[in-house]
Amino acid sequence: MPILSKEEAQTILKKAMAFSKAEDCTISLSGSEGGNIRYARNAVSTAGDINSMSLGVTSAFGKRTGTATINEFDDASLQKVVHRAEELAKLAPENPEYMPLLGPQTYPESITYNPATAAINPDKRADAVGKSLQVAKEGKLEAAGFLENGTGFNSFMNSKGLFAYNKDTDVSFSVTLRNEAGTGSGYISKSYNDVARLDTLALTKIAASKANGSAGAKAIEPGKYTVILEPLAASDMVDNMFNGFDARNADEGRSFMSKKGGGTRMGEQLFDPNVTIYNDPMDPILPSSTWTGDGRPQRKTVWVDKGVVKNLAYSRYWAQQKGVDAVPPARRMIMQGGTSSIADMIKNTDRGILVTRFWYIRFVDPQTLLLTGLTRDGTFYIENGKIKFPIKNFRFNESPVIMLNNVEELGKAERVGNLVVPPMKIRDFTFTSLSDAV
Amino acid sequence: MKRRDFLHYTGLGLGAAILSNIPLPGKAVSPEVLLDNPIDTTVKKQLADVVLTTAKSKGASYADVRIGRYLRQYITTRERNVESITNTESYGIGIRVIANGSWGFAATDRMDKESIAKATDTAVAIAKVNAKLQIEPVQLAPQKGYGEVNWKTPIEKNGLEVPLKEKVDLLLAANNVALTNGASFINNSLFLINEQKYFASTDGSYIDQDIHRIWPTFTVTKTDKKSGKFETRNALSAPMGMGYEYLMPREEDKIKGIITLYKNRYDLLEDVKTATLHVDEKLKAKPVEPGKYDLVLDPTNLFLTIHESVGHPTELDRVLGYEANYAGTSFVTLDKWKSKNFNFGSKLVNFVADKTQQNSLGAVGYDDEGVKTKEWDLIKDGILVNYQATRDQAHIIGLKESQGCSYADDWSSVQFQRMPNVSLQVGKSPLQPADMIKKIEKGLYMFGRNSYSIDQQRYNFQFSSQLCYEIKNGAITGLVRDAAYQANTQEFWNSCSAICDQSDFRLGGSFFDGKGQPSQVSAVSHGCATSKFSGVNVINTGRKI
Repeated sequence: MPILSKEEAQTILKKAMAFSKAEDCTISLSGSEGGNIRYARNAVSTAGDINSMSLGVTSAFGKRTGTATINEFDDASLQKVVHRAEELAKLAPENPEYMPLLGPQTYPESITYNPATAAINPDKRADAVGKSLQVAKEGKLEAAGFLENGTGFNSFMNSKGLFAYNKDTDVSFSVTLRNEAGTGSGYISKSYNDVARLDTLALTKIAASKANGSAGAKAIEPGKYTVILEPLAASDMVDNMFNGFDARNADEGRSFMSKKGGGTRMGEQLFDPNVTIYNDPMDPILPSSTWTGDGRPQRKTVWVDKGVVKNLAYSRYWAQQKGVDAVPPARRMIMQGGTSSIADMIKNTDRGILVTRFWYIRFVDPQTLLLTGLTRDGTFYIENGKIKFPIKNFRFNESPVIMLNNVEELGKAERVGNLVVPPMKIRDFTFTSLSDAV
Repeated sequence: MKRRDFLHYTGLGLGAAILSNIPLPGKAVSPEVLLDNPIDTTVKKQLADVVLTTAKSKGASYADVRIGRYLRQYITTRERNVESITNTESYGIGIRVIANGSWGFAATDRMDKESIAKATDTAVAIAKVNAKLQIEPVQLAPQKGYGEVNWKTPIEKNGLEVPLKEKVDLLLAANNVALTNGASFINNSLFLINEQKYFASTDGSYIDQDIHRIWPTFTVTKTDKKSGKFETRNALSAPMGMGYEYLMPREEDKIKGIITLYKNRYDLLEDVKTATLHVDEKLKAKPVEPGKYDLVLDPTNLFLTIHESVGHPTELDRVLGYEANYAGTSFVTLDKWKSKNFNFGSKLVNFVADKTQQNSLGAVGYDDEGVKTKEWDLIKDGILVNYQATRDQAHIIGLKESQGCSYADDWSSVQFQRMPNVSLQVGKSPLQPADMIKKIEKGLYMFGRNSYSIDQQRYNFQFSSQLCYEIKNGAITGLVRDAAYQANTQEFWNSCSAICDQSDFRLGGSFFDGKGQPSQVSAVSHGCATSKFSGVNVINTGRKI
């Protein structure tokens, strides 16, 4: 029931829209179904299935809006929710930033739905986890992991004749393996649109090899080092940068994208020429909906081209204030990779550090985007082109903006969470203290 | 689908942009729905009994049921505008069972008896599937049934009953104070939460609870176009387990020092005005010289250091490895506890865990597996003496009963071990911050939470503040910027050299503390008085891009 087809969704939306008496009305209908299984200490700890569907109505009279939501879909309930949104709108304070609704739009068909992923059930999840546990038990390691899959649909209609529909699937898996002595820890995390790509056995083996390889870490002095960031570590850093690609905050002078003297840094060479970042709803590895929550078409957009800032995101209100195109914000960013590999990068490094992932990253200074956090689950010292030994974890204080000015090499980009990023070799990365954590 | 994506997709006036990082379960409702009477306990008991009977008949050895109605109202404003008013209600039932020695869980918002019985079947079936992958059966600490009992947060004024206009007017009046005093921007929000929870179990408890929490918070920003610099100062309020009375200032709840601080009542207008002056000062402040300092940490800053470096590592599920794949494990391993001589901190350091402290976020009568709440020592005279446990963990540390640390953030979430309030006990001799400062040659005095980060076993941390004053030769010289303290947990708490007395004791808290997969939030308070830490490493975080 929670996953409706385009036609089924449209029928309910039309029925609800017929009850509207507001000047503007937007109705959304969304549903999701999915489940998860969690394990720790080599046994399942929790598991669950979650389904939901709900309809939301936003009614507007002038610049006053009200929103109400319901999870029942009979005629009387639809009428009630529309009426409630209208009542709320009449009570609401005026929103001076309210924008008139968009008219009908054309969107290409997305590629976000995969039938095999949608067919995952509790048995399949348990099987996948069974394979992961097998690796742990055979390797005398302790596993803790999480597997989650979901299928969702989103649709909306407005009183200006706009209708949009999208259906998507996703599956994500992560596992941590630790040795019995608690001196080594390894981790892997992968997300896919297509479950056929998920191999929990192979992935758990990677985590196992990290757990064994990281045991007996030695301490080395903190300081500035050349680092080779695996895609997970690279994504941890760059992910924290994208919220800053907002034109309004930049124009208001409270962002790293703000320009001295006023305005934004659009058009400036802010990063190394190797850095190109875009989003593309039709990317096969990281597909996304072809429309945004307010009905704007989501197109391929280049945000950074060869280090130059090419676009910032605008709300429709802010775009109108500035007289520019309202480029919608992109969440699923892709950083273009290079031709190198992690093995090549190690070979080309005289003295450096290989980082599996970072942890507990927080902003320290929004002005420079300085972040702090720690390495975790496998950090290794490199000398004369070879991995020499595992090292104790470091705390870093570094800005992704500075980091992306110090790029030496990029490898092949891959999906990590909701990003696509390459492994990268970075010079002068700042580690400020040691941690005993394993 | 992740909630963030969901909000992103729908984005229908739900305040999606501003609230995208804040958990917002439930469906949007009109404000008057939040005032509807709670569900009748007779009805809840009947529904609970359906679960308990069905579970037993399907072969469960234990079952508990939580019928929850969670009401949330979030108001966000910026400058002269209300950005969003979000009212949500989440009503449903969560069913947890033990069958074949394994846990199973299912939840539904279909509140007819048939749907509830079906969900119970599912929970038992999941338990039986999971049992095949189980190593040892779940072992529950004994718990007597309490019969039909209830508990309510002792509030004076229900924030959800205060007219919306009054709340919006207060926030906009505060914004006006900021703007007329020279702030460039202000984001000002109010969060109100009411959990109406009913718990029943096969042990014979039927517990009805009505829990209230409130959190007013803001950020004042000042930009300097010429230099391209900007500074912010956040509210020095605390999230509290209180009603709207928290927003009704009272002189006796103010502590007046270099800045005014608040105990159980908060003066929003006053704090916004002070914050507006502070952002100006912060723009002109000199950078901190990195090095070793004696730190004087106000409770508005220290509470978060307690939360991260004491609260989390003493969670027994982390110690055992249940959180290894996400939040991490803990340096406070069982062997350290068994040794009875692990020096967590200096002799002055005493930490008490509780779920009973009045006005705290953690205060409830009973936890989410029907255990009456209490308080106990975690660190005694600097030595590690205990952890935080639930019923299925109690036997691991030799306890005969649970400490009452079970919590779920919604009826649809599985309850698990969550942090109780963890508070630093005050100094026994009279001591005020001003006395402390007089004796410091080279120090920093910090207020307010800011950047925070700690490793996955809770050894190495880094914290910064909203306001950092330099102390030189016993006197405060002025604000400095870009200061963050970095330390090792055990070294830090062993460097604790003075703690102020009861008159300076205040609660701070985390309103949306995340843990678990799928992630759940919880709210928890940490009390302390201003404390001194000798010779702590401070770094300068200023950079140029």
